[in-house]
Amino acid sequence: MILRTCGLTKKFDGLTAVDQVDFAIEKGTITAVIGPNGAGKSTFFNLISGFLAPTSGEICYNGRDITRLKPYERARLGIGRTFQTTRLFEQATVLENVMIGHRLRTKLGLWDALFKTRRLKREETASREKAHEALAFTGLLPKSDRLVSELSQEEKKRTAIALALATEPEIVFLDEPAAGINPEETEKLAELMKKMVKKGITICLIEHKMQMVMNLADKIMVLNHGKKIAEGTPDEVKHHEEVIRAYLGGGISA
Amino acid sequence: MSALLNGRIWSLILLLAAVIFPFLTENQYYLHILSMAFIWAIAVYGLNLISGYTGYLSLAHAGFFAVGAYSAGLLMVKTGLNFWLALAAAILITAVAGFLIGLVSLRTKEHFFAIYTLCVGYIIYLIIYKWEELTEGVRGLIGIPHPAPLGPFSFETPRSQYYLLLFFLVLVIWMMKRIVHSLVGSTYTAIRNSEELAEAIGINVMKQKLVSFVVSTVLAGLAGALYASFVRFIGPDISYVSITFDMLTYLIVGGIGTLAGPLVGTILIVALTQSLQFLEDFRMLIFGPLLIALIIFYPRGIAGGVSSWLHNRRKETVFAAGMERTVNVKGESQ
Amino acid sequence: MEIFVQQVFNGLTVGSVYSLFALGLTLVYGILHIPNFAHGAFYMVGGYITLMAMTGWGVHYVAAVVISVIVVGLLAVLTERIVFFPLRNMPPLQDKIAAIGLMLFLEAFAQLVWGTEYRTMPTPFGKVVDVFGITVTVQRILIIVTAVAVMLILYLFLKKTMTGAAIIAMSQNREGAFLAGINANKIAMLTFFISGALAAVASSIASPINLVFPGMGHLVILKAFVIIIIGGMGSIPGAIIGGYILGFAESLGGTFISNDYKDLIAFVLLVVILTFRPKGLFAKEVH
Repeated sequence: MILRTCGLTKKFDGLTAVDQVDFAIEKGTITAVIGPNGAGKSTFFNLISGFLAPTSGEICYNGRDITRLKPYERARLGIGRTFQTTRLFEQATVLENVMIGHRLRTKLGLWDALFKTRRLKREETASREKAHEALAFTGLLPKSDRLVSELSQEEKKRTAIALALATEPEIVFLDEPAAGINPEETEKLAELMKKMVKKGITICLIEHKMQMVMNLADKIMVLNHGKKIAEGTPDEVKHHEEVIRAYLGGGISA
Repeated sequence: MSALLNGRIWSLILLLAAVIFPFLTENQYYLHILSMAFIWAIAVYGLNLISGYTGYLSLAHAGFFAVGAYSAGLLMVKTGLNFWLALAAAILITAVAGFLIGLVSLRTKEHFFAIYTLCVGYIIYLIIYKWEELTEGVRGLIGIPHPAPLGPFSFETPRSQYYLLLFFLVLVIWMMKRIVHSLVGSTYTAIRNSEELAEAIGINVMKQKLVSFVVSTVLAGLAGALYASFVRFIGPDISYVSITFDMLTYLIVGGIGTLAGPLVGTILIVALTQSLQFLEDFRMLIFGPLLIALIIFYPRGIAGGVSSWLHNRRKETVFAAGMERTVNVKGESQ
Repeated sequence: MEIFVQQVFNGLTVGSVYSLFALGLTLVYGILHIPNFAHGAFYMVGGYITLMAMTGWGVHYVAAVVISVIVVGLLAVLTERIVFFPLRNMPPLQDKIAAIGLMLFLEAFAQLVWGTEYRTMPTPFGKVVDVFGITVTVQRILIIVTAVAVMLILYLFLKKTMTGAAIIAMSQNREGAFLAGINANKIAMLTFFISGALAAVASSIASPINLVFPGMGHLVILKAFVIIIIGGMGSIPGAIIGGYILGFAESLGGTFISNDYKDLIAFVLLVVILTFRPKGLFAKEVH
């Protein structure tokens, strides 16, 4: 078990966005969090990455309580994430965007920059190499000198993943990685995720594209009105009565 | 890239021009104007670091300029401290002030930060204005001595002072270049780009912002201390918000978030204001609309425009163009 | 005791002006998310127009105020069209800087046209009367009555008319209101008109007890920012309450603590508030 939440709850004046969620993610798997709009998926992600503080409950990572840690501290422990809108620096190149991902593993200070210390050279080289590695892994190496603004939506998504990979994460949380990209590209993205898992990275994603989720995930958690209503393999979830009801009886695999 | 367009060569030519300038003109007045421009440029580089690169519009920089000026001025006039020690002390005092104010103000964002710092600037102004026992209030502080001789160099003549100021300006530009073109500088631009993303990839955003803010206030303080010793008179006016707005004008015209911007904008506008003396009080009739027009049509100012024209929108633009980026992001999220 | 009552009355007067002025600022912020640094310049122009209408053209004070309201309202609409409309999709740094540019321009313009000297504004309401045992000028009573009346009219307009409802809807949800078929452009222009008009009323009624000069908007705009941060950026009741809170704090603080540092009260208040609540007093957590 790499990550686990116990009774995780978040209230926004009156409204309970995440309600007593107990959840666990196994190392080396792909876990998906699904649910209708407003089910509390994004809030759940923000709680885990530390952008929101829970009202109550705990988050444990590798057996350690991380509930009170800041987002950057969690990232340093190996928890990576991407955002729905990629938030990349559009006017910089792909390489430059991804290079900064290794910053958390460096000890650079102002001093190093001013005096071009050996550490600056060493760590800048390391960051560049790490970025190259992440770009090669995501298949973006040929585009590394392009400006992000020149990339397609799918390439931007992969750049964001490469950036997360450059932080050397153990687990990555992907917030709707396939939103706004076409079916073929979605397929490629799924391949990339499988490749990441093979490399030993644990993945947790929010996704609306059910077909992709059903084919990809080892385990699915379904949220509705902030509550966990089901959890299990894709097959189990697909036939879960409450899940079908939550999706208004519509075909969940659509 | 052809050697003609090489930035290093241009920098050297510019430096050479600055060095021989005092020998080209007998007119002390020109020397004075350029010296003043150098002082302001140092402060504007400070403003650029926090506002241009890190993305936090600070409206307290005239305040920090005044903190530096008054620290140095008071130490020299009231305790008879040597200029160089006073300069060091002024830098230290501004750094401490910047650190303390940054610690609280940087928790606020966007508009709140701008308004917060605007108020901090006003508080500094009011303190200088009202605390007459210390600052002489509205009468101002007079008789600040010239910089003390340093070994074989003395700084009694306008020409020697010019070189002293040029030295500090070059030092500051060199520092900024080192910072901006390193991973440390890209950390700041990453924060400007998206604080959340920066935090998510493990950057201690608060710490980085604080370092950037302190450096930026130190540069304003350094400029202030140099001003005190160069002009030899300081009054509460130097801490007034209109001075911050002047700095902001120089920065926007030159190019916010660019390395050359502060230098270009400051020298251009200071020179322009001087040659259009009759404008003095009404300069904002021209610069106000210019500021608006630039922000609408050319958000990266002169340096941003020229560099994207020269460099085929690579390299420099990376650091210069954060302004346009957000437009794209907005379009994407809708 | 008499001093206390006197100061409470002063606080009410000053607070009325602050509230009126801050209302315009908060309306514009609510709809367009622009911290309009030029709002203080509207205030200043409003003062001058009233003064000029009275001394230059010999118009009666009340008529001069009406002229000023219309002129500054239109000026505000003009700036919305020329300056803020083109910047509507730009990052927040841009419109702040544009607003500052506008402010600098208007001040320089005032200096050019009306000069830099401090001027007094005459008022037909300078008579002194006794109210509840304290002596006050009619002008001060007029300030309070006018402010309350204008706020009431504004309240009725926002609550009882379709246009007013549209303004409220847009300040709550810009995209949603847009979808609901509200003409965002018209609303933006109207809001700017109201904000300019409010600034003109505020300065026209306050000027007879203060002075008219190009920099008269500086302190007021800073304090108005403090007020709307106290009351919540974009909140209408917040601006009114915040205005009176600051008015009382200043007049009482000025008497019982130190008159020299009276103007510091607002800024210290703001620094303290933002230190403990970086997003303002009434910020809500977003999901």
